Amino acid sequence: MDLKTQRFAHRINGRPAAPGVALAPLVRLTVAKPEGRRSGSTGSERQALADAIEASKSDLIGLTDKVEDADAQAILSFQIALLEDENLSGPAFAGIADGRGAHQAWCAAVDPEIASCEQAEDSYFRARASDLRDLRDRVLRHLAGEIDQAVPAGAIVAAEDMPPSVFLATDWKDGGLVLRRGSPSSHVAILARSRGVPMIVGVDVEQLESGAEAVVDGDAGALIVNPDPAQRADYRRRLTEQAEAHKAASSFSGPVLTANGEPVKVMINITGLAELREIDASKVDGIGLMRTEFLFQGRKELPTEQEQYQVYRQMTEWADGRPVIIRTLDAGGDKPIEGLTEKGELNPFLGVRGVRLSLRRLDVFRLQLRALARAAVIGNLKVMIPMVTVPEELDRCRVLFQSAVDELRSEGCEAIVPPLGMMVEVPAAALTIEDFEADFFSIGSNDLIQYVAAASRDEPQLADLARPSRAIFNLIRHIVDHVHRSGCEVSLCGDLAGEPGQVAALLDQGLRIFSVAPGVLANVRAAIARYPGKVT
Amino acid sequence: MNKLRASVLMRHEVGLHARPSVKLTKLAKAFESKIDLGLSPDGPWIDAKSIVKVMATKAPKDSTIYFRAEGRDARAALDALVTLVNEDFPDGP
Repeated sequence: MDLKTQRFAHRINGRPAAPGVALAPLVRLTVAKPEGRRSGSTGSERQALADAIEASKSDLIGLTDKVEDADAQAILSFQIALLEDENLSGPAFAGIADGRGAHQAWCAAVDPEIASCEQAEDSYFRARASDLRDLRDRVLRHLAGEIDQAVPAGAIVAAEDMPPSVFLATDWKDGGLVLRRGSPSSHVAILARSRGVPMIVGVDVEQLESGAEAVVDGDAGALIVNPDPAQRADYRRRLTEQAEAHKAASSFSGPVLTANGEPVKVMINITGLAELREIDASKVDGIGLMRTEFLFQGRKELPTEQEQYQVYRQMTEWADGRPVIIRTLDAGGDKPIEGLTEKGELNPFLGVRGVRLSLRRLDVFRLQLRALARAAVIGNLKVMIPMVTVPEELDRCRVLFQSAVDELRSEGCEAIVPPLGMMVEVPAAALTIEDFEADFFSIGSNDLIQYVAAASRDEPQLADLARPSRAIFNLIRHIVDHVHRSGCEVSLCGDLAGEPGQVAALLDQGLRIFSVAPGVLANVRAAIARYPGKVT
Repeated sequence: MNKLRASVLMRHEVGLHARPSVKLTKLAKAFESKIDLGLSPDGPWIDAKSIVKVMATKAPKDSTIYFRAEGRDARAALDALVTLVNEDFPDGP
C-alpha cells in the first residue's frame, strides 16, 4: 500500500509518548545516508560539494535570523565563517581533484580540524569540535540530497529519531512529533511531555509524505493522515478542550482538592532550568523530581561542581521556599553517558546504573554531593538517590554527604546535609521499605513496573504486560501505608502519576503527592478535583 | 614593499575562540592587504583572514598577538585589528 497517493483518511497506530493532540500539516524529515551516495565525475562532485556548502550556508543564515540569544547567534556566525573559509573547503576540493567523492573529500578535510580541536588543552577549544561536527554533518546531509533538519514551526514532524538538541531548537507551538525509533522513556519523549508537545513513537515514517494534513493523538498513540471532516471536527473539539485546560491550569493557584475536599500536592518533574521559565512557582507545590542526567549528557566533559551548583541554586531560588527534590545522577539503563556508564553491559537495566554507578564513581558523585550541599544552604533543597536496592547504599550516601559537607566547611564554604530521600523503583526495596532510613520517599513507577512485570517498557510486543497492574497498585499501597505510618512523605514521580486515567487508582492507594511533567499538570489537577473519594 | 608590524596583548577571558575569531577574521577580510597573525614576533605566521587557521592557533587569554600586513591599506588594517583586540572584541556594527 502506498500512502503517498492516498488522499482518504488513514490511521496509523503507534505508541503514546506524550499526551495531547495536534492538528497540523505533516512534515517528514529524512535521514542522511551519505555512505549510500554514489560519486560522479570530478566535475559533478566539485559542483555537488560547492552546492552543499552554499546550501548549508543559507540554512545557517536563515537560522541566525530566527534565534534570539547572543550565544546561538555567535555559534551560527562561527559556523558560517568556517564555511566561507577556503582553508577548510580548499583541501576538500583538492581531494575531489585527486579523484575522491565529494563526501569522502569533505570528511577528509574537516575531520583533521575536528581532531585538532579535540586535542586542545582548553575546554573552550575542545567544545568547538562539536560545532565542526555539526557543520560537517550539515554539509553531508545536503550532499545526500536531504532537506535541512531545521524543523518548521507548528508542524507535525515525522522522523526516524530526533536528538534532544533538535527538539529544543524547534518551535512546537500547535505541532506534534511522530518517530519510528525512540520510546516513551526516551529523552525526547521526556522533553515532549514537559513542554506539552503531543508525541507518538513506533510509526513507520517511511510511508509518510510531507504536506498532508494530519492529527497526532498522543493519548491514543495514533497518527491520522488526511482526517475526514468528522474526525477533524472531533479533534478540533479536543484541541479546544486542551486549550481550555491549559488556560485553567495557568490561572490556577493554591492547593488542589479532591471532590471530597482532601488536599493533594502536585509537584513537577523537570530536566533543566529552561522549563522553569514558563512556570509560575506559586502555581505548583515545588519540584518533585529534577533529573540531573541532562546536565551530564551530550557533552565531552562532565559538569563541574560550580556549574552544577549554579543550576541547583537557581532552581532552589525559583521555588522560593517550596521543596526542590534533586535526584543524583541516574545514568545507565537507557541513559548512557559518555565516559561514565559501563559499555557493553548485557542487560543495562539490571546493570551498573543509578546509585550503583555513583558509588563506583566516587570522583563524579563527590562533586555532585558538594554542589548539592552548597545549594542546600539557600532554600528547601532535598536530595533523592535513584535505584536504591538495599539500606547500606543509602547509608553510604549519607556518610559521603556528611564528609562532603565537612570538606566544604574546612574550606570555609557554607554547606549542609539536606534531607536525603530515595527513589522506590527496585522491587526488593519496595518490599522491605521499612528497613530504609530515608527522610522521604518517591516511587519511580517507570522502572518499578518493568521490574515487577519483568517486561521492558521499550518492547512494543509486551506493552500490555508493562502496564500498571494489580501487582503494582498493591505494591504502591504497601509503600504508601508504611511511609505514612512512619510519618514521612511519599510521592510518585513516574509517568503513571501523569496519566489522568490512573489518578483515581493512585488516590485509592492513599497517595497524596503527585509529581508530573509540566505539560500534564492541568489534566492531572482536573482528575484529582473529580475524585469523589474511595468507593468502598 | 615593506611589511608593517604590530602586536597587542589579548585579555579576552576565553582566548581567541569562536566569537573573537569570527570578529577578527571578518575585520581582516575588510582590508585588501595580506595580513598574517602569529603568537611570537618571528611567527609562524598564519592567514588572519582564515577562521580555520586563526582558531587553530588556540591562543589562550593573555597571549600577545602579532600582526604583520602588506598592502595599500596595511596601516589602517593593523590599527583596526589592534583596536579590536585591545577593546576586547566589542559588539560593533
